[in-house]
Amino acid sequence: MGHWHRFSLGAVAVLAAAVVATQVVDNEYFFYAGYVVLQFVVLATAWNILGGYAGYVNFGSGAFFAVGAYVAVALIKAFAAPLLVQVLAAMAVTGLMGFAVGAMTLRLRGIFFSIATVAVAVICETAVMNWGFVGGARGVAVLAPPPMLFSSTTRLLFVVMTLFALLAVAVARSIQTSWIGRGLRALRDSEEAAESLGVPTLKLKLFAATTSGALMGLAGAPFPLYMNFIEPTSAFSLNYAVSALAMPIIGGTASWIGPVIGAVLLGSVQQIVTVTVSSELNVLIVGVVLVVFVVVAPQGILGLLRRLAGRGGPQ
Amino acid sequence: MPLELLVEAILAGVLLGGFYAAVSVGLSVAFGLIDVPHIAHPAFLVLGAFGAYLLGGYGIDPLLAGVLLTPVFFLAGLALYRFYHAVFERRGSDAGLRGLAFFFGVAFIVEVALILAFGVDQRMVEAPYIGRSIALGEMRVPIRMLVAFGVALLLTGGLAVYLSRTFTGRAIKAVAQDQTALALMGADPVRIKQWAFGIATGTCALSGALLIIIGPVEPGLGRLYIGRTFCVVVLAGLGSMPGTLTAGVILGVAESVVLTSLGASWAPAVAFGLLLLVLAVRPTGLFGR
Amino acid sequence: MNELRRGLLGRGAALLCLPVLGALPAAARAQGGKPIRIGLSIAQTGPLGAAGKSGLLALQIWRDDVNAAGGLLGRPVELVVYDDQSNAALTPGIYTKLLDVDKVDLLIAPYSTNLTAPLMPLVKQRDRLLIGNFALDANAQIRHDKYFNIQPWGSPREACAPFFMLARKLGAKSAAILAADAEYAQNIAGAARALLPEYGLQSVYDQNYPPNTVDFSSIVRTIRAKKPDVVFVASYPADSTAIMRSVSEIGIGDSVKLFGGGMVGLQYATLLESLGSMLNGVVNYHTWVPEKSMDFPGVREFVVRYQARAKQANVDPLGFYVPPFDYAIGQLLAQAVAATKSLDHAVLATYIRDNEIKTIVGGIRYAPGGEWLAPRIVYVQFQGIADKNLDQFRSPGKQVIVAPDAFKTGEVRPFSQLRQSN
Repeated sequence: MGHWHRFSLGAVAVLAAAVVATQVVDNEYFFYAGYVVLQFVVLATAWNILGGYAGYVNFGSGAFFAVGAYVAVALIKAFAAPLLVQVLAAMAVTGLMGFAVGAMTLRLRGIFFSIATVAVAVICETAVMNWGFVGGARGVAVLAPPPMLFSSTTRLLFVVMTLFALLAVAVARSIQTSWIGRGLRALRDSEEAAESLGVPTLKLKLFAATTSGALMGLAGAPFPLYMNFIEPTSAFSLNYAVSALAMPIIGGTASWIGPVIGAVLLGSVQQIVTVTVSSELNVLIVGVVLVVFVVVAPQGILGLLRRLAGRGGPQ
Repeated sequence: MPLELLVEAILAGVLLGGFYAAVSVGLSVAFGLIDVPHIAHPAFLVLGAFGAYLLGGYGIDPLLAGVLLTPVFFLAGLALYRFYHAVFERRGSDAGLRGLAFFFGVAFIVEVALILAFGVDQRMVEAPYIGRSIALGEMRVPIRMLVAFGVALLLTGGLAVYLSRTFTGRAIKAVAQDQTALALMGADPVRIKQWAFGIATGTCALSGALLIIIGPVEPGLGRLYIGRTFCVVVLAGLGSMPGTLTAGVILGVAESVVLTSLGASWAPAVAFGLLLLVLAVRPTGLFGR
Repeated sequence: MNELRRGLLGRGAALLCLPVLGALPAAARAQGGKPIRIGLSIAQTGPLGAAGKSGLLALQIWRDDVNAAGGLLGRPVELVVYDDQSNAALTPGIYTKLLDVDKVDLLIAPYSTNLTAPLMPLVKQRDRLLIGNFALDANAQIRHDKYFNIQPWGSPREACAPFFMLARKLGAKSAAILAADAEYAQNIAGAARALLPEYGLQSVYDQNYPPNTVDFSSIVRTIRAKKPDVVFVASYPADSTAIMRSVSEIGIGDSVKLFGGGMVGLQYATLLESLGSMLNGVVNYHTWVPEKSMDFPGVREFVVRYQARAKQANVDPLGFYVPPFDYAIGQLLAQAVAATKSLDHAVLATYIRDNEIKTIVGGIRYAPGGEWLAPRIVYVQFQGIADKNLDQFRSPGKQVIVAPDAFKTGEVRPFSQLRQSN
């Protein structure tokens, strides 16, 4: 397990860098934008567990994210619950959603599965819109108490999200390098063949879907504290679904590094473009880059790097 | 709910359903018959609607605009399919995800292009049949809904006839069932599929015009129709034209009755709820092959 | 080993390049001269764009007036403006940017309630002065002490009361309430709901609709079946248009004596022109119309100047609804800054709270919570409107003020009477 040793060292180093940054960097907007990029690292990594490893394309990532956020809001409103409780509850609920979605794979393959995920997303959104306790379609304001240890809530959440990103990546990595990952790859390539070889496809799919869902909820849970305000249309926005899908495809779906690369690159570009130019251009860039990569570089940036490094052939 | 209101809601639902069928026929062909994961279909509808809006600026009636734009869309569909086939349908196992992602990206690009060209504001057209209704006793039937229903009948009927009576039409139905057999009979499956996709895209011109006749359009409108169109196509049974009309009507009535009884807050979930129900209970649809 | 190193390097490099984001704007701003920068986002596109753009023009006119007179505290005034596209989700990000990246001196809220509500936690946390721009009751929950609204509503209750007085005058007994599920509409519909028993009205229909509803035929049909005397609607421009079209298409029934209330958008020139005769009979709120009773000192002269510039700028050519009030926002800030000789938000807030502000829409005194002590909202009835004629609105008599009595210029008539077909 030597590679885990090195991975943990790297993870601790990244976390330390993040904490140091909150004490040293002056500009608040850096953390505001940085949080969003880290959030996408979690979302992209989570999506990839079901989409990249298992081959089931989830178009409803926005719903998992938003449900995570709304569970957090509900707990804040009901019990003024601390962040840890919000996060655990969010993960439990979205994990359950993931399990249900995984169960759908029994009957639905390919595009049917994807359309069904959109259906789940819209139904969740409609349900939340009708839930007056969390503000319904108007939304609700969330005031955070002043944070301990950090000069602002944004900085605190920046560090928290760094931690979550590391956690998500660790989970993805351990799945990938274990027998679970091998099984998922087998069923992605051909589900019938995998089944006939004795791979427990249903259990693997359920596991992947549940984990994916729970991690998306993880990404969403701190969102209300970060924005101080939440309303359904932006929380359930299709942009989350598209980004969660585009980032792994751009980075490379075969390995846990792909979503990270995709999220950091695309997320940073998005933040810079939104600040300097406009948000339409932002969406256009995502669309164009997605199409270009899907056509030209199907293995993503990882695939390009591998080809450049001389190691051709499939993973 | 008083009986009269229910009757009026059902009648309105039937007309609305015709409209839903009209906007779904393209998808019935593209996805139902030739298995292209065309999630960009609603975006093309919106493109057609803006086309009608653009021509409306020159005083051209929206329906006429739709008819005029049909050959343009047809050719675009031919080109798009050629590209799609070359890149995706030839390759291996990953092609499913990538094809889906490709059309997703295309849908996004179309939407943003429309925003950059027209802005995010809602657009409407004017026509003598928009804004007036005829009275049936206490009930009022908007004329634009009757127009939409009429066009729907024409489209589904026309396509049904085409698919069963002409050689290309029957070839399209055949290629969905057995590609190799078709090739052995001397027809090139790829060209047949390309033709079919062209037809599917061509219908988006006229259906898109219907979209802007029914109500105002803005570039993001496509998202609301992903659910409805796929619901209709799946409920219909992949590729069936009479099925599309029936399924459209069922969806229209369901939405109308829910809107009238439960209120507007649950309306967005009707199409998707129905879709999930169909997928769970009878995935082959009503008239499935 | 390679995998890990690549991953670590990748993530480390990424984290390091993010500070570039912070450095960029600071580097771009290194010029001389110290203007006073006022930051805001305003809807320039989207459903609220028409009103937003007209408000922006008014603010620009104000800025030019101030700079021509020597600026504020001897410094030129600069407006830092973003387009929020009528999208409430964008405003927290934009205002964070204004505070942290652009580092503006003063803040004006976006146009409209829905877009201001998401901001309130942020400004409270940062303890900044915020001038509201047509935001109904946005401060009710947060209770920020540095928020002052420019909008003649007063509280939602005071805003609706004149409408229901008209209902009583017309002998109404039953009422229907239709409201969008959004901040503004819910605030005002809630007040309307509470007022019903006080005016002897029984509720026969009370529903919300999702904000992006496009087709209102089912809703109009259902309301018609209930045969209400009064229909109170709280909607935003896109829905207001759709509702009016639907009512004209399939009718709301002959029983209706009073229709309208809180429909945003029926004040915009674009909608006045496109809806035309569909507006006849509707009784709806307004802030300022060119009727004799609203001739505050300075306002007519401003409207004339605005209209001259509006034609070139391609914005709302009438300029009745938002512009006089957005000009007043500028006047409010100017008076406070000039009197206190300070840009400190706490000092300015104290001044505004304790003094009368003189503007072209009259003198303003604030109640705790940031709303006007004395509301000045009026209800107008559209009478004798012809299609596709914008100029008819320039003169009095088309938007007749029917309530409150202090501003009345005409008598209200039953809705069904003024409709051509029903």
